[in-house]
Amino acid sequence: MEENVKKKLKVSAIKDGTVIDHIPAQNLFKVISILRLDHIDNQITFGTNLESYKLGSKAIIKVSDKFFEDDEINKIALIAPHAKLNIIRNYAVTEKKEVEIPAEIRGIVRCFNPRCITNNEAITTRFAVISKSPIALKCHYCEKITDQEHLQIQ
Amino acid sequence: MKKDLISITDYSKEEYLRILELAAFFELNPNQNLLNGKVVASLFFEPSTRTRLSFETAISRLGGRVIGFADAGSSSVTKGETLHDTIRMISNYADLIVMRHPLEGAARYAAEIASVPVINAGDGANQHPTQTLLDMYSILKTQGTLDNLNIFMVGDLKYGRTVHSLLMAMSDFENPIFNFIAPDELLMPDEYKMHLREKGIRYFEHREFTDIISAADIIYMTRVQKERFSDPIEYEKVKNIYILRDRMLKNTKPNVRVLHPLPRVNEIHTDVDRNEKAYYFDQALNGVFTREAIIAHTLNLI
Repeated sequence: MEENVKKKLKVSAIKDGTVIDHIPAQNLFKVISILRLDHIDNQITFGTNLESYKLGSKAIIKVSDKFFEDDEINKIALIAPHAKLNIIRNYAVTEKKEVEIPAEIRGIVRCFNPRCITNNEAITTRFAVISKSPIALKCHYCEKITDQEHLQIQ
Repeated sequence: MKKDLISITDYSKEEYLRILELAAFFELNPNQNLLNGKVVASLFFEPSTRTRLSFETAISRLGGRVIGFADAGSSSVTKGETLHDTIRMISNYADLIVMRHPLEGAARYAAEIASVPVINAGDGANQHPTQTLLDMYSILKTQGTLDNLNIFMVGDLKYGRTVHSLLMAMSDFENPIFNFIAPDELLMPDEYKMHLREKGIRYFEHREFTDIISAADIIYMTRVQKERFSDPIEYEKVKNIYILRDRMLKNTKPNVRVLHPLPRVNEIHTDVDRNEKAYYFDQALNGVFTREAIIAHTLNLI
């Protein structure tokens, strides 16, 4: 109960839109950039370094009047694998969604292979997801596998 | 849809067989006029004697004309032109692009940009599919079949792209057995072993290069390169272990053939050259027929 009250005080409620919760605090700005939230006119509030049992320190983003397509929101799955979406209509949560790692990832991740063409010329990276947990991405170009340990966000 | 050849797995088993059938045809009839009036760009951003000359010979025997360069130094790369721009421009000039590039993934990228088909003649340590097809043609020619063969791969199995591609291609045929002989530092990577396990194909790993080769139908040798070792002492320990000598072939099967993608340094002693089981120089000649076949297939000439 007290936890709920605290949350409401920290980040104000929205009437309609999407709340993205359980983002690892250190990846908040990467999420903003991947979802291009810095390029839209909607009202956005966010909180970061909030306490979280699961993540230690989490961030939350509330975007008014914005409802993401699955393809769009799944782009953040690599950097916020436990993110939960609450779809808000008229101040009430009408739907909950979890992010899912897509079968193919374009952009976002760097290929770990320094000899890969994508690290030497301006090319959008492209990977087939061959394992979701632990993550393993096969580069469409050099065919090398970038694993969890070598995963680097662009 | 244009037909590129970037990775060996771009082709189906039916396409492997089609290429091998065409290669046999070109071996009997090497001079054809199928490429008459066509221009092929041969873009070697990195030097290669054998691959470039065999491609250019194949193009000439098919009656086509070659444009291009033999090393990046004589191209506009030295002026800082991107691969993107070079390929865009050249695909306006040529009907087909044959490309070797030092960076991995360069060929796949070039194929996405080019409006004409691209044949990968090697992209860094990644893929060299025409080598694999000529290896398969050599195996078929010497064994009469691609099924039920015991294939020994020796040397650098970790970084050697030719052994990886050959493994992938041969795993599409009936009942192969693979034997890997390599030092600890250069073992066959797990992803390839996993592929064999998934297909239910038997494989065995060995450290010692001994008379176990008596079971082989094919001995595929590769070079153990010093620069692959982080510890020079480890290299010194293994450098002379994986050398094939004539006496080692004494108790091998009569049909066995020794293959090597060349260039060889010291991993096959020159005393093997006179042995009728040595096949690496004939293998290089097969490259011309196989590349004629790949070009004809890529451009739907036949």
